[in-house]
Amino acid sequence: MAPENKLDKSKMVVVEGSYAVAHAAKVCRPNVISAYPITPQTHIVEDLSQFMADGEIPNCEYINVESEFSALSALVGSSAAGARCYSATTSQGLELMHEVLFNISGMRLPVVMTIANRAVSAPISIWNDHQDAISQRDTGWLQLYAENTQEISDMTAQAYKISEDKDILMPSMTCMDGFILSHVYEPVVLLEQDLTDEFLPAYEPEHVLDPKNPLSFGAFADPNYYTEFRYLQEQAMQKALKKIEDVANEFYDVYGRYYGGLIDEYRTDDADIIIMAMGSIVGTIKDVIDKLRDRNVKVGLLKVRSFRPFPVEAIKNVVKDAKVVVVLDKNISLGLNEGALFTETKSSLYNTDIRVPVVGYMIGHGGRDIKIDTIEKIIDEAEEVMKTGIKIESQFTDVKEELL
Amino acid sequence: MTILPGGVCEAGTTRVNKTGGWRTFKPVYDYDKCIKCKLCELLCPDSSINPRDDGFFEFDYDFCKGCGICANECPKSAIEMVLEEK
Repeated sequence: MAPENKLDKSKMVVVEGSYAVAHAAKVCRPNVISAYPITPQTHIVEDLSQFMADGEIPNCEYINVESEFSALSALVGSSAAGARCYSATTSQGLELMHEVLFNISGMRLPVVMTIANRAVSAPISIWNDHQDAISQRDTGWLQLYAENTQEISDMTAQAYKISEDKDILMPSMTCMDGFILSHVYEPVVLLEQDLTDEFLPAYEPEHVLDPKNPLSFGAFADPNYYTEFRYLQEQAMQKALKKIEDVANEFYDVYGRYYGGLIDEYRTDDADIIIMAMGSIVGTIKDVIDKLRDRNVKVGLLKVRSFRPFPVEAIKNVVKDAKVVVVLDKNISLGLNEGALFTETKSSLYNTDIRVPVVGYMIGHGGRDIKIDTIEKIIDEAEEVMKTGIKIESQFTDVKEELL
Repeated sequence: MTILPGGVCEAGTTRVNKTGGWRTFKPVYDYDKCIKCKLCELLCPDSSINPRDDGFFEFDYDFCKGCGICANECPKSAIEMVLEEK
């Protein structure tokens, strides 16, 4: 049974989601922050800039760079030199970082970066979906998705602890839904400095760039050696599966707050229908589940916090006794007509003895509102699948036929 | 040799990675023409030309990639580029 979240209401303040994240980054005592503005991430680095100007982040360099490519490149050198590094970006900015994402993970640099998830161009959209981060799936970064501003704030400290572990040494993206979380004002407990100093030890890398002891990072690997580097990265990802769970529990012990480890569950115990999703949509789904449970619909939620590493065993364990699994994706792999969470969930169940039908809905692209009615309709259709089997395996949600 | 995560390595590890096999043409000295001017050693981009005790030079074929700069710059045409053949 998951620990109960103990929120201390006397410590709560009403702030913007971006402020809560910036404050959390500050409390983690970063040594280098690289900053480049892009909606809807900008408020995070603006708030950090203010903290710097006010002298609130000691022993830290704040670098204004000329692009997102530079933002992340600056952190390659900084992290290799032993600095705890932070940046934040979204959408086109994250896509521009693509090449450097591989460099950071390949050099095993534990950078933490907040992604304020946003749709990608063209057509231009500044609103939320998950296409930006999902498109960076194979770059070797951990990807953690948060449900609300409290979780994304606290996830910052968790991510440093996971990434910097000497058995892991892989970078992390902590993902929050753009605008929906980045710009919302809601009550949160700002990450506590004293508890964080207790929870998160200083970053002490084994190898650092130092002129007195010259080293090369990410050096040339010919075909005799390259495979082994990828093998080691995958091993680190597999170890991260346990580490993410451990750190969530350690976080609970210190702060009393808990959001799940690799996954979280809501009313799944006797559920025939399991809805799977990531990010802020989870809150809406919980409301719908409460409503439908009053009507005796046996529906529950599997919230996926960790998309990379992908929690195959944890998912199998939750869905094994369900009668239908419904996966919601704010992204699409064009040419497959499926979202990534759907594809990978199906793939996790293949070659097992679990025989549960899985259906997928691509939803909320480019920030389209996901309404309670929409979720209810999807659950109605899932009940049909239980009775008559799968008719449509994967589909777009709420397509406006009149526009086509 | 073992690898460190992140491709971290100390200086000088290129010695392990012999690159002479990249060569198509091999430089060969004609010591009768050589005047020991040292230009070839200075200009070699791969530090693959080493001095001998007698003041002449020799090629380190483990690392010479056969670029031919030495032969091109030699003022006495004392270096010939010979096709590598098996």
